Amino acid sequence: MKVGVIVFPGSNCDRDMYHVLTDVFNLKAEFFWHEKSLPKNIDAIVLPGGFSYGDRLRAGVIAANSPIISDVKKMAGHGIPILGVCNGFQILVESGLLPGVLLKNESLNFMCEWTNLIVKNNKTPFTNKLKLNQKIPIPIANGEGRYYVDKETLNQLKKNNQIVFSYENKVNGSVSQIAGVCNKDGNVVGMMPHPERAAEKEINQIDHKPSSLIFESLIETIGVKN
Amino acid sequence: MLAAEWSEHCSYKSSKKHLRILPTTGPNVIVEKGYDSGVLDVGDGYVVTVHIESHNHPSAVEPFGGAATGVGGVIRDILSTGTRPIALFDGLRFGNIEDDVHARWLFKNAVAGIADYGNCLGIPTIGGEVEFDTCYKNYALVDVAAVGFGKKSKLIKNHANTGDFVLLIGGSTGRDGVGGSQFASDALEGEDRSAVQIPDPFIEKLIIEAILEARDKKCINAMKDLGGGGLSCAISETAESLGIGIELDVENVHLRELDLSPDEIMISESQERMLVITSPKKFSKINQICKKFRIQCSMIGKVKKDKMMHVKKGKKTLALLPADFVARGPLVDRQKSKPKYLSNITSSPKKKIKKSFSNILLHLLSSPNIASKHWVFRQYDHEVGIRTVIKPGFDSSVLRLDNGKSLSVKIDGNPKHCYLNPRHGAIGCFEEACRNVVCTGAKPIGMVDHLQFGNPEDPEIFWTFMESIEGITDYAKSMKIPCVGGKVSFYNETSNGPIKPTPVIGVLGLIEKSPLLPLPPTENDVVVLLGETKDELGGSEYYEYIHNFIGGTVPQVDIPTSKKNMTSVLSLISKKLVKNVHDCSKGGLAVALSELCIFGKVGCNVNLKNVSGMSFEESLFSESHSRYLLVVEKKNIRSIKKLLSKNKCSFSQIGIFSGDQIIFTTATKPILKLRVDKAENLYLNSLERIIQNG
Repeated sequence: MKVGVIVFPGSNCDRDMYHVLTDVFNLKAEFFWHEKSLPKNIDAIVLPGGFSYGDRLRAGVIAANSPIISDVKKMAGHGIPILGVCNGFQILVESGLLPGVLLKNESLNFMCEWTNLIVKNNKTPFTNKLKLNQKIPIPIANGEGRYYVDKETLNQLKKNNQIVFSYENKVNGSVSQIAGVCNKDGNVVGMMPHPERAAEKEINQIDHKPSSLIFESLIETIGVKN
Repeated sequence: MLAAEWSEHCSYKSSKKHLRILPTTGPNVIVEKGYDSGVLDVGDGYVVTVHIESHNHPSAVEPFGGAATGVGGVIRDILSTGTRPIALFDGLRFGNIEDDVHARWLFKNAVAGIADYGNCLGIPTIGGEVEFDTCYKNYALVDVAAVGFGKKSKLIKNHANTGDFVLLIGGSTGRDGVGGSQFASDALEGEDRSAVQIPDPFIEKLIIEAILEARDKKCINAMKDLGGGGLSCAISETAESLGIGIELDVENVHLRELDLSPDEIMISESQERMLVITSPKKFSKINQICKKFRIQCSMIGKVKKDKMMHVKKGKKTLALLPADFVARGPLVDRQKSKPKYLSNITSSPKKKIKKSFSNILLHLLSSPNIASKHWVFRQYDHEVGIRTVIKPGFDSSVLRLDNGKSLSVKIDGNPKHCYLNPRHGAIGCFEEACRNVVCTGAKPIGMVDHLQFGNPEDPEIFWTFMESIEGITDYAKSMKIPCVGGKVSFYNETSNGPIKPTPVIGVLGLIEKSPLLPLPPTENDVVVLLGETKDELGGSEYYEYIHNFIGGTVPQVDIPTSKKNMTSVLSLISKKLVKNVHDCSKGGLAVALSELCIFGKVGCNVNLKNVSGMSFEESLFSESHSRYLLVVEKKNIRSIKKLLSKNKCSFSQIGIFSGDQIIFTTATKPILKLRVDKAENLYLNSLERIIQNG
């Protein structure tokens, strides 16, 4: 089973994500440069964090128009699990694969700190081993992480169970304290916090198990390595 | 070109001779031709690289761009050895932000500039220091240190063969930063914004990835960053260090603005550019890599045998100079004499302060120099790279390395001490940085220094420089810690005169096994003070912030004690006998203990009769060196005492954590009582409150 890690010019969490997928969770993974096309034998896709195109114009908007995104869209349509983290989430939103937008944090500053997430939907390929309302200690690191949708869309999200994670406390002014959402089918998930920074004991002295379950959920979904 | 290369900034004409006294060799040090950063062997085929630089003049004029380009430059120095930059540290110094709006503006924007640049690159900023002092009014010191990591086998062994291609890779050359080095080698008078470079972290990120890919494909024979003095400096220094000649055509340099004159092209300090020497057969490969990342790569010249720097425009020769003549600026001898102000220093403040010790402590905890810098490091991505094991906010930050070891890094400066005693102040900064890495269980293996002073032509200033460097040399030699890199910055003059002497020392420590993860103290843990508290309130926060008094006796490091205490702490940590070790420095014992109480959200009862100071003031606030606070579980107290007594250390069990108040008592009654939650609120939020006021 193989996970594709997509690399845009300016991605900077790609190597961290690769390390966690391969060295920590024994998955097979491969980097794909944004100009390449994706082979058919990919079982899951991760869009890692970073500053694609230096956040020019608007975070994620240029990357969302990369050649590889059309393949990502096709695979999303086929139900392949896709996870966007931080800038990856911004790209998924800008490409229309996920609803909403990510605005500047209420503080207007870049924020790097640990926070707690609450699991709101444990039916996605990335949360099926977590319990509903389970707490996940995890760091955020972004300048534009304030999730926004209008009221009508928010009601839709709630109705369709598309809110995957919310912050335990007010962090950045996100609507309904939303930290992560999925598409209607549930196979495309975007989140602002960084699970790859919280899934190892050495770097997460609070509790690395909940974040690990995000990766173990993926393994549960796509099966172990062949 | 000669003006740039022979400026103080590039040629070190005042300091070069004296820098040679620093010890630069050691078991871990690796030396190669033409390296701009220090290289340390950390075993198992891996190396750590380190470099420190400042961007003071530019940051004082345009703090966002000045600080950001400072980060960019030091990162390229790490990159040019062929290692990946993995961490950044910054030391920031400004005027008094409590009442100086301009200082606040400089501070906020310098932090934002560093955040913008480092975050975008995905290199974590994991530590540093922030200090405020009126001597920096209308000025800014922005020091940036970077650490790199890589395989020893992949280090670039700088070399060149006749006929090799000379490439300029990265950003285009423009008019920004023209004359930047001369600008930095003069007292800051006008606000020459065009001498400040413009940052573009996105291009820098692409350069890092492209260069590392080219390194993996063995396309690079030699490499140098374009920094101060621009192309002119990079070409002459490369030619000189490799013993080659370089002939280049300015028409082949890719430009941002077409009407640049040849001399502007040669000395422009436009950022995000690397000079690479490659063999002709690898040229198409390196070009292909640059195309992938969409960065420009121009073949600007060729390697010649003749050891000349030959600048042409088309067929016309514009300059033909021996490379070593350009690169080795003439050195000058500077006069020195002991500053007069030093003989007018009084020993203690005349007026008594009518404040209770509790209020004084509260006041100190909320002072900008002591209060938590959470507001600063929260803006830096300090987690990216997933190496940060001990996060910012503790004595020293720790990174895990790929061979299972860990690296602990800290930078420290103390201009208040250095002003009153340049020699012992500098040694103190060095020892403090060592103490900080020792608190995480690391053994110091190398240091970098950044020496910042006023105009070296003034003999009194030059005396303070010489005192500092001799002090640092003494300590480095006796502790066997090699100096693997450094920088000197003179002409740091403000409208009110020269800055206080500001040497900043960075220390790298290696942890063979796992670091001591600082645990919060809990109810009934014991606190032990290791080291002696002396009558050394000179230059302390207590004298300066509370009494508004500059004077007194500055803390002095006693080298045998320093060694003994460091070794003892390291063996206590390796024996897993301590929960937490905290350095006792700025603000003295009272502040260090409060920080522990705030961390554990628990009170502590300390009996001052167990602290060696002469008066309450000294016991509470003296900043004597070589002191550590040990947090110990009761069951381990006996083993600890045994080890410390065996090592003949001076120590005493001073108190027990309990309740919700920080209490200092004499034999009979409490002299200081402070609720932990109150202390916590002020300590954590004071800096942000000052910033929010405009």
